[in-house]
Amino acid sequence: MSDLLMNAAMNASTDTSSRYYVKEHHPKNGSLLGFWIYLMSDCLIFACLFATYAVIGRNYAGGPTGAEIFDLNLVALNTAFLLLSSITYGVAMVGAQNRNLKRTLVWLGITGVLGLAFLAVELYEFWHFISIGATPQRSGFLTAFFALVGTHGLHVFFGTIWLVVLLFQLKKHGLIVENRRRVMCLSMFWHFLDVIWIGVFTFVYLMGVLP
Amino acid sequence: MSAHQHDHHDHHDESDEVHVSMRDYAIGFVLSVILTAIPFALVMGNVLNNSVTTALVILGFGAVQIVVHMVYFLHMNSKSEGGWTMLALMFTLILVVITLVGSIWVMFHLNSNMMPGMNHEAIESIQQLK
Amino acid sequence: MTQYPIETSPIFGRLTLNAIPYHDPIIMGTFVMVVLGGLGVLALVHKHRLWSTLWNDWFTSIDHKKIGIMYMVLGLIMLLRGFADAIMMRAHQALAFNGNEGFLPPHHYDQIFTAHGVIMIFFVAMPLVTGLMNYLVPLQIGARDVAFPFLNNFSFWMTTFGAVLIMASLFIGEFATTGWLAYPPLSGVLSSPYVGVDYYIWALQIAGVGTLLSGVNLVVTIVKMRAPGMSLMKMPVFTWTALCTNVLIVAAFPVLTAVLGMLTMDRYLGTNFFTNDLGGNSMMYVNLIWIWGHPEVYILILPLFGVFSEVVSTFSRKRLFGYSSMVYATVVITILSYLVWLHHFFTMGSGASVNSFFGITTMIISIPTGAKIFNWLFTMYKGKISFELPMMWTIAFMITFVIGGMTGVLLAVPPADFVLHNSLFLIAHFHNVIIGGVLFGLFAAINFWFPKAVGFKLDEFWGKVSFWFWVIGFYFAFMPLYVLGLMGVTRRVSQFEDPTLQIWFQIAALGAAMIAVGIAAMIMQFYVSFRDREKLRDTTGDPWDGRTLEWATSSPPADYNFAFTPVVHDTDAWADMKKNGYKRPLSGFVDIHMPKNTAAGFIISAISAVIGFALIWHIWWLAAGASAGLVVAVIAHTFNYKRDFYIKADEVARAEAARTQLEQAHV
Repeated sequence: MSDLLMNAAMNASTDTSSRYYVKEHHPKNGSLLGFWIYLMSDCLIFACLFATYAVIGRNYAGGPTGAEIFDLNLVALNTAFLLLSSITYGVAMVGAQNRNLKRTLVWLGITGVLGLAFLAVELYEFWHFISIGATPQRSGFLTAFFALVGTHGLHVFFGTIWLVVLLFQLKKHGLIVENRRRVMCLSMFWHFLDVIWIGVFTFVYLMGVLP
Repeated sequence: MSAHQHDHHDHHDESDEVHVSMRDYAIGFVLSVILTAIPFALVMGNVLNNSVTTALVILGFGAVQIVVHMVYFLHMNSKSEGGWTMLALMFTLILVVITLVGSIWVMFHLNSNMMPGMNHEAIESIQQLK
Repeated sequence: MTQYPIETSPIFGRLTLNAIPYHDPIIMGTFVMVVLGGLGVLALVHKHRLWSTLWNDWFTSIDHKKIGIMYMVLGLIMLLRGFADAIMMRAHQALAFNGNEGFLPPHHYDQIFTAHGVIMIFFVAMPLVTGLMNYLVPLQIGARDVAFPFLNNFSFWMTTFGAVLIMASLFIGEFATTGWLAYPPLSGVLSSPYVGVDYYIWALQIAGVGTLLSGVNLVVTIVKMRAPGMSLMKMPVFTWTALCTNVLIVAAFPVLTAVLGMLTMDRYLGTNFFTNDLGGNSMMYVNLIWIWGHPEVYILILPLFGVFSEVVSTFSRKRLFGYSSMVYATVVITILSYLVWLHHFFTMGSGASVNSFFGITTMIISIPTGAKIFNWLFTMYKGKISFELPMMWTIAFMITFVIGGMTGVLLAVPPADFVLHNSLFLIAHFHNVIIGGVLFGLFAAINFWFPKAVGFKLDEFWGKVSFWFWVIGFYFAFMPLYVLGLMGVTRRVSQFEDPTLQIWFQIAALGAAMIAVGIAAMIMQFYVSFRDREKLRDTTGDPWDGRTLEWATSSPPADYNFAFTPVVHDTDAWADMKKNGYKRPLSGFVDIHMPKNTAAGFIISAISAVIGFALIWHIWWLAAGASAGLVVAVIAHTFNYKRDFYIKADEVARAEAARTQLEQAHV
């Protein structure tokens, strides 16, 4: 709107055409909205995976059930890692807002470590399941389980890679506007990882052990 | 965007940045811990003996925790991006519900019409013919 | 035909020289033609020294106008391939009676109808519609480009490389034989172990990424980059339909990605999503794919509804009747399109309660479309109508689409659908609405906006030849199918016992031949227009006395679209400006900030295609290596922070002066 005021001040009122253009116009940056919309589309992928789990998640095909194989202590540990990583990202965000590069880097780093810890626990869980014959190929339930939880894990994995790349970019260019935007986008992504995980531990693990 | 030219770009964009505070994150964290611990305790301790009730309760806690995440971590509000993020979220939510509820409704009807012995209406009407 | 067991080697996976269909004369003949044609094109490019132009000005361009045109070229080329499939089917079905087995063995015929559907939907209709929206939206909203210009280029190349994979399936290996939606268990690894379904999967997944990102791009563009003063309710109707279409894309394509991903896991990892045993449920595939599939058809048609609004108001020289109701109708269609998907499988057995719900919602969704037809008619009423080609196509649309819509409402009644599901009646219905709606709309759009994009009008005579052969040919080709469907003939069948059906197939084949003439006439139209371009040149930028902002630019527009960003005060912004005596400013130009061209989109997409090809042929080392390469390429691209430049003010002045000169030379 300030463009219009500038324009009105600059042009004499005798020129009727002048109300139909501005000399300089800077469109607002759409990265945050665009990334948010992409995240919404990602939520829909997960919705399909959850729906599939809802439909075939009790098809045990004579194989192991959730109650038999899920270790809720491990799940609780993983949930703790992810939740903590959300708050450590928050500290990094505050650091970025205050233009404190060192603080941002340190807390992003801690977030990344927690993400890797999450992945390590999950990989251990998957390896354990496979070693006792609860493979993704065993039954509809296990297929849906590995797909849903695995896809979430893949997102954590790529998020961690992004985080590492961003660390390098922050070191190289500092907290310039483009990098601050990237930190904000990764922040949205990272918190969404936790949002989806809430769905996973509730719907898959906790409900999975209920008789 | 090049950072060294047209510095007024910086100021322009700063006003669009979301303002974060440690307070928000701390509150969100504490609430999330509580909202996670209770469902885990309910299930692991078999507190309510009823599966269906437990399921509904933990789903409820999950839903609340998601809202907590949205508000305190994702700074969800009706003002950001002129209300478009909220609109996008609401629309996505509706579609997620349609996908989940719709799929479950459709698939369970398909299943019950497929498996022999599970179609109660058919069995009853056949029995009435006898 | 594949020889089982298929030999695999560590280096080539299951790719062997046997994958090339030497035994099939039709395919080998096509291959020869394609190679000759391709060499011809390359020779022309070489002769006119166009390599660097092609690479620097087009392939690496992030300009939405160039990308839009490239999408249109892709769509039109693939139309020829998809139509070739159609002609083969019509010819075969007209012949395959009384013991004559036709010239296409069933295995080949099955690939043809599958490829026909996949190509027409994903590589003709989607690119044409996307190209149109890409070209027009920034111009209509007074912007200089889309929100994410690099992503735009990337999206285009992902779509194109998806098409490349499909074309490769013709000559290396084979295509799927499952129909365009590849239902399991037929598409599972037990029933379709060879490469056909894998080509299908990877072509669609790659193209799907492009489409999804394009959707995000255009939504953000429309939300954030409108010219000052252009509130939502002052946007052109085409922009509104583009907004809703891209919302649908963002909301629907993830479902396709997920369900194809699950099919992929079943085929590559032996999981049990859609298997018959061990707890899979193949009906879930049908459910999920149609949750995508129904919004998809609205993605195809909504932009064309926008086109018709622009064409009708321009050629009736009147403001569109009922702007608000058009907007609301579009939004209602967008939302309702998510509540009807089960009508594609009424017969799968969900029972009366489920079927009635979806039957009712399906009937309700026809209402907003009906409202639109009335609004167009009311716009025409007491308007000064001129029957230029865009308007002719629009009238043809209105008649044809309404017929198709009515048969749709008939199919929406579950008991009727139980008789007509998967019959030729269904085939007739969807071709009726897609050709009558999407294709006629695209031809209207092409005739309407071609002068803007290219700088000269399309030849009218050949345009009319094309029009009449297309429209009459369509009715000859598809009305018999309604009759056949009501008589009980099933789709995807290549041989028939009942000789009384043959005459209908012969009439349909005649219709296809007429359409072929229509297509040839269209190609002629492009050639003649190019040849006579000086005579047909558009010097004012506004050859039709248009009403929206794209007509304020030169034809073709300058790279920067608008020297000064327009300020909008009313709907039909350009009509408003003309009415109030607006004159283009001829001085006082400033530097314009623009994004830079880049090869990154092409490279990343090409690597994706290599990954797809490697996965199709089980060349695991190549798939792994190319995936690593993809990650590296993407990360490398994110380290590029220098993505823009400035067009200097005097360069702008020169371009604007050249435009003034052109206008005055033809006064």
